[in-house]
Amino acid sequence: MNLTLKIWRQKDSNSKGQMVDYKVTEISEHMSFLEMMDVLNEQLVNAGEEPVAFDHDCREGICGMCSMYINGEAHGPDRGVTTCQLHMRMFKDGDTITIEPFRAAAFPVIKDLVVDRSAFDRIQHSGGYISVNTSGNTQDANSIPIAKQAADQAMDAATCIGCGACVATCKNSSAMLFVGAKVSQYALLPQGQVEAADRVKNMVAQMDLEGFGNCTNTGACEVECPKGISLDNIARMNRELMKASI
Amino acid sequence: MALDSKVPQGPLKDKWTDYKNHINLVNPANKRHIDVIVVGTGLAGGSASATLAELGYNVKSFAYQDSPRRAHSIAAQGGINAAKNYQGDGDSTYRLFYDTVKGGDYRSREANVYRLAEVSANIIDQCVAQGVPFARDYGGLLDNRSFGGVLVSRTFYAKGQTGQQLLLGAYSAMNRQIARGKIEMFNRHEMLDVVVVDGKARGIIARNLVTGEIERHAAHAVVIASGGYGNVYFLSTNAMGSNVTAGWKVHKKGAYFANPCYTQIHPTCIPRSGDYQSKLTLMSESLRNDGRIWVPKNLEDVTAIREGKLKPTQLSEDQRDYYLERRYPAFGNLVPRDVASRAAKERCDAGFGVNATGEAVYLDFAASFERYGSEQAKIQGITNPSAAKIKELGQEIVRAKYGNLFQMYEKIVDENPYETPMMIYPAVHYTMGGVWVDYNLMTTIPGCYAIGEANFSDHGANRLGASALMQGLADGYFVLPYTIGDYLSDDIRTGKISTDTPEFDVAEKEVSERIAFFVNNKGTHSVDYYHKKLGKIMWDKCGMSRNKEGLEEAIEEISALRKDFWENVIVPGTATEYNEQLAKAGRVADFLELGELFAKDALVREESAGGHFREEHQTEDGEAKRMKEFQFVSAWEYKGEPKDAVLHKEALVYENIEVKERSYK
Repeated sequence: MNLTLKIWRQKDSNSKGQMVDYKVTEISEHMSFLEMMDVLNEQLVNAGEEPVAFDHDCREGICGMCSMYINGEAHGPDRGVTTCQLHMRMFKDGDTITIEPFRAAAFPVIKDLVVDRSAFDRIQHSGGYISVNTSGNTQDANSIPIAKQAADQAMDAATCIGCGACVATCKNSSAMLFVGAKVSQYALLPQGQVEAADRVKNMVAQMDLEGFGNCTNTGACEVECPKGISLDNIARMNRELMKASI
Repeated sequence: MALDSKVPQGPLKDKWTDYKNHINLVNPANKRHIDVIVVGTGLAGGSASATLAELGYNVKSFAYQDSPRRAHSIAAQGGINAAKNYQGDGDSTYRLFYDTVKGGDYRSREANVYRLAEVSANIIDQCVAQGVPFARDYGGLLDNRSFGGVLVSRTFYAKGQTGQQLLLGAYSAMNRQIARGKIEMFNRHEMLDVVVVDGKARGIIARNLVTGEIERHAAHAVVIASGGYGNVYFLSTNAMGSNVTAGWKVHKKGAYFANPCYTQIHPTCIPRSGDYQSKLTLMSESLRNDGRIWVPKNLEDVTAIREGKLKPTQLSEDQRDYYLERRYPAFGNLVPRDVASRAAKERCDAGFGVNATGEAVYLDFAASFERYGSEQAKIQGITNPSAAKIKELGQEIVRAKYGNLFQMYEKIVDENPYETPMMIYPAVHYTMGGVWVDYNLMTTIPGCYAIGEANFSDHGANRLGASALMQGLADGYFVLPYTIGDYLSDDIRTGKISTDTPEFDVAEKEVSERIAFFVNNKGTHSVDYYHKKLGKIMWDKCGMSRNKEGLEEAIEEISALRKDFWENVIVPGTATEYNEQLAKAGRVADFLELGELFAKDALVREESAGGHFREEHQTEDGEAKRMKEFQFVSAWEYKGEPKDAVLHKEALVYENIEVKERSYK
């Protein structure tokens, strides 16, 4: 298929960006979206132009590095996938595809489609851990049984890949789904109880400091999340915060 | 330099304990004055960074990704082995040790493997304490599954995302230390050289991938934890950025590189669909528990299938060749990875590949649907169930076990694997070879360590499933923190290492010149053009089976390709900005050297062992034939061009295990 791409080009964080049109031809429907981008970039390199910068690494939907806003949707039109798992069969011959970076005040653009998501790391530094030394002198792994349901729910929350689609999708650029998932994972496990109150307070404070917006319950984050992280995690975080504050 | 593995004396089971009791320690007040650099933040690098920082050292960690949490350990699916014996099925440290040495085709070092097995149980304790949500049973205790043909259930898992959860555990331990200021994290940075001062590793040259700035970082020791080199094949299950550069740079500065030809080619991956393909996707080994692998018996049927005139489901049982069941009746579809991969290649080479590229075989679940369905019908008391009902019931069971894998397959291939057999083909997945290290995990450069997949130490010629995660975390949490202390105890009076020295000047100049060359070269071909060509040579001539003639050709071809690369490569953009092509050019330049050494190593190793299959060395029925005289580690010393590399041999001695034939018939 032949396609027109409208892509956000921006030299660096200090320069002004703009949308630029490109044509790609003979795109196979079996290609992944990023393979289509590879074709475009090879074309640009061979023509002596600068290729489009975009983040990507594992290309199997787990590292959370890829991050495009395609036709107005984080990770594009398919559901439950990251951009690297999106395939060109979701598009048809002659389509015009708009490709932008994830946009949020807390995710400044580095170049073209690459954004800086280190705010997520800083939120984790503020409490996204259990304070246990890695000495190996802990108690036996089976000494505290954990109900299967709690373990499974903790796992569902821990599935978050930290890609930032929730933020990019939210009209308030809220990071609550991301923070809620991390708070929930620990809140659901006995090992996380000791520091639970401080953790939620510190992580929420850091989230605010980074310039993420608040949640107005539109639920768009849950729809666009490639890992299906549930809104329940936001409710749990709010409950934890309330508990910690009284 | 003679190789000294520094394996401690004494009985195997006491070596590690005795060693720990007698090494030198660094007192906490002195640790504050000692700096350590860790390159890579996967399971090995992340766990090492966190632990060293907890101990009190000042750690500088480097990752090329935008966050330590994205290292490719995250993509590991199946699980992590540990000799906990929670199932009471007879597991023990010795059994894990034995299985690992045998699985590695008797090409790994006994003492290292035993230590790995010994600390394995601790890893699980540690991870649970960190909040890693392993799968549990209804009693709330940890669940296990079987893996990779061993006789016990010792694999702990977190759905199909075990690597992700373990890495997030190590990342959380790092976060705690980053918050305390004990780890200084350098994201989007790539190590481009190691700096050796007075014979000791004392720092690195790194490039800030966002600004292009070349930076000097000094430390008392340097730890390489940068993973494997599977991307030398261009197509692999590795991440796009996975590279050999850190390991190769230390090799060029004096670290020996061991067994580069030992590569694991995983049998169950989604086949290539075209030349544009950038990456291959693994389908978990667990699928072989319930899937049967076959190709058509007759070539006419193959042609008809390729032309779309015939569907695989239309072939009757007697028109199918279940070649693994035919060749290996005892293990059938559950033969080890190396054997299953070679058998698929053999059929496809003979013309029986079932897709357009001729490189695919079927993995068929129809028999499982029927088996599980009939069982379910009985359980549910359905009398005389129709064939359709049985299939439906069976599919529900399969969906519960492998639903996410079936869904992933459908997203990529656009075929419903419940209705038509999956197509699979082997793909490069893991590299057992790597930087040579002694028992202390130190390379042949004093003060330079290599851990995790980046080193060569524990898996011999073939790695067992669920053992990579175990080794990464064992090295980082429990082994290196002891062994590095013994070395650093000599450095308590050294003081801060300066970056303002001639050694740093020279290293920085070399790095800058190379970068300047790339951005200024008026070439004609992109970096990927060369990477793809290299990958094709590697896959065709250093792939699942190798022979003398092919390897000799590979050496010539790679050497010529490297020459062409240095004349005609084109890298757009400048050196002082975010420039992915520039970063990749450096990585491919190193792959072009490693590839040749790889072929040379494979040529010299005149035997078949594990992932290394030499066509000249096989039994009458086509099985791998190991040679007693090759019971050694090949450690290569850098001497300029790869063809000039000098071979050093570390003899492998088996005192606690009997070297036996591996047979799966």
